[in-house]
Amino acid sequence: MAGFFGSREGERLSKQQFKAQLNQVYCWYTVGLVLFVAVLAGLERLGMPRLWIGSTFLMATIGLYAGIGIMSRTTDAAEYYVAGRRVPAVYNGMATGADWMSAASFIGLAGTLYLTGYSGLAFIMGWTGGYCLVALVLAPYLRKFGQFTIPDFLGERYGGSLPRFIGVIAAILCSFTYLVAQIYGVGLITSYLTGIAFELGIFLGLGGILVCSFLGGMRAVTWTQVAQYIILVVAYLIPVIWLSAKQTGVPVPQLVYGYQLEKVTAKEKQLANDPGEQQVRALFRQRSEALANKIEDPAASLTADRLDASRKMEELKSGNASVAQVSAAARALAAMPRNEAAAVRSWSAAKATADIKSQPLNGMPPHAAQFSGDPDGTPKEKVLYDTSRRNFLALVFCLMVGTAALPHILMRYYTVPSVREARQSVTWSLFFICLLYFTAPALAVLVKYEIFTVLVGMPFDHLPAWVNTWSRVDPSLLSVTDVNKDNILQLNEMTVGGDVIVLLTPELAGLPYVISALVAAGGLAAALSTADGLLLTIANALGHDLYYKMIDPNASTVSRVTVSKILLLVVALTAAYVAAQKPADILFLVSAAFSFAAASFFPALSLGIFWKRATGIAAVLGMMAGLGVTSFYMLTTQPWLREAFGVTSPIQLWWGIEPISAGLFGVPVGFAVIVLVSLVTRPPPQKACDLVDHVRYPDLKSL
Amino acid sequence: MQLTDSQRRYWRKNLVLTAALLLIWAVVTFGVSYFARALSFRFFGWPFSFWMGAQGALLVYCLIIGVYAWYMNHLDVKHGVADLADDGDH
Repeated sequence: MAGFFGSREGERLSKQQFKAQLNQVYCWYTVGLVLFVAVLAGLERLGMPRLWIGSTFLMATIGLYAGIGIMSRTTDAAEYYVAGRRVPAVYNGMATGADWMSAASFIGLAGTLYLTGYSGLAFIMGWTGGYCLVALVLAPYLRKFGQFTIPDFLGERYGGSLPRFIGVIAAILCSFTYLVAQIYGVGLITSYLTGIAFELGIFLGLGGILVCSFLGGMRAVTWTQVAQYIILVVAYLIPVIWLSAKQTGVPVPQLVYGYQLEKVTAKEKQLANDPGEQQVRALFRQRSEALANKIEDPAASLTADRLDASRKMEELKSGNASVAQVSAAARALAAMPRNEAAAVRSWSAAKATADIKSQPLNGMPPHAAQFSGDPDGTPKEKVLYDTSRRNFLALVFCLMVGTAALPHILMRYYTVPSVREARQSVTWSLFFICLLYFTAPALAVLVKYEIFTVLVGMPFDHLPAWVNTWSRVDPSLLSVTDVNKDNILQLNEMTVGGDVIVLLTPELAGLPYVISALVAAGGLAAALSTADGLLLTIANALGHDLYYKMIDPNASTVSRVTVSKILLLVVALTAAYVAAQKPADILFLVSAAFSFAAASFFPALSLGIFWKRATGIAAVLGMMAGLGVTSFYMLTTQPWLREAFGVTSPIQLWWGIEPISAGLFGVPVGFAVIVLVSLVTRPPPQKACDLVDHVRYPDLKSL
Repeated sequence: MQLTDSQRRYWRKNLVLTAALLLIWAVVTFGVSYFARALSFRFFGWPFSFWMGAQGALLVYCLIIGVYAWYMNHLDVKHGVADLADDGDH
């Protein structure tokens, strides 16, 4: 193993030798992974407890990542920032895949598709189509430019410290929120695998991240990400293939789930008119009306509720009720809202839930229906249809342009040996990403089929054990209640959270617990690999761009790398601290990162390459305008942000676009400002034009 | 710096190719999605636009990037602008 990562007895290997060696190492690694799972499966048959299996998975994988980190420790600047620019295209493709696929892709995406059907495909298209922009507009040129970071390019192309500085700010803004979300995911998964506290799980995962990026920078992160990609793709595919074989007899879910979708659609029609379902929906409607009456007159209802609860308590005490009954009644009394405002809040939340559950299919749209509303229906339905279609397209646009502007992704293309390999590497990246993205919609349909046809209609006392297990973990993830007391599970009596879908799949397919642990380890790999890439992006923007390029240009390479390493620690701990606070609306923040990246980086980067006339002042103003418009729209329309910043003006949506797609306005504004301001300012100096030529032609050496 | 005619031609070809591929990208993404409701005919079980969003578009994206990489690498050699560092080990 000493010959790992490009040197043997101090000599550097040639490219072919290096690649051959990598192939060998990762082949053995994959075989080892399969054997590891097989051995654990055997131990499970022999009666190894679940918690031990989960802990073994956690320790083994984090230990592996740490081991790779220790093996590739470095203080050399080129190795630390860009892995020595010797990563072959295929392996950089895998590393990009892992870097790109976050906890949200691995765990949340299939859940979103399960809950929203066709609308969820906006994420599938947006998060893959963005790579067309990366390949055609940015990656090869940035590789030719060949410095260390994305703000580097802005600084060199537009001249002066200001464009670089804004680049640093924007890079941190996009990456930090994203990083917090990843660390949050790490905490959830580690506590699920081993049963330790969430906060402790965060710091355990953080250790795995830090050993890697702290010791070896991009070099260690690259080789770890390849290892993580292999784990996450295996973990994602096994349960879906199994489920598909179980349902259809064909082990290629991506080919056959169209037919399952037809069955799901037929079942949806039947469930909408099922008498049991209608009964449950009617009960929820009554519940919602009762709550609406309570909200009308909160003071009187609260008093009545308290009286009821205390009377019940008295009755139980005077009768011969069991201790459990009395304590339950006492708890109900203690949980009464303290004042009217709190009461109205909790009733409104309960009413919203009841309203959703009084709709057919638990409030989910039919899986195959494109957009809500109806273009040929009533005027109201027409408007609904138009708005939902507009939002779908806007979301796809934001996710695509955002993908093409995320600094931690673009940075990966600095690590390949040449422009030629950069182009090939984007192709490989998308290929590896598509393996998972082809499967996610299939997974959603297969799980839906399983739940609609097997679980729904089952007597309550026959429900599989995992239903209760998950309810105990967190009722918001999965819970069932027999609302109409017929002892049969109706669809609307079940609450399913999106994040549980992927983790449920092995149990639905009837696989042993080892596979569930493997899926969780895959989710962990997805979160850790993305966190590594983001951490490096932030630390390098601060260490390389801010410290070395702007504060102390005479710093030696060793002190530059050391400063980057110290900053890395600080950023990681800060992010872990923020994640431990369990900030609200974390998913929104991640999606917001795309809009921010799109509006701040994409216009400046693409015009910088394709238009020699773009000037420094214009770039600065354009980035600020893009960011400004995007933030303004989000701050004024997103409920959670409005509360955080104390915005009280009425919500004013522009053309009905949701706040998640705020980048739709930021990107054109950014482009327009750069073009207009460039035309009225003095043309950029000869040096900038020469740089543009330099990035356009792969062979030009001199600057 | 002075560019040769060959280099100018290389850049123009690159721009045309990029524009053409981006047009395909836009049609597949936004065109098909815009008319999703109308394109619901049955396609191996899926409504066609659902399949496009879940798989068809992804295949086209892979092809777009693959074709670009292949053609540009070929064009580099043809116009003598290929990165020579590619063959050796440095």
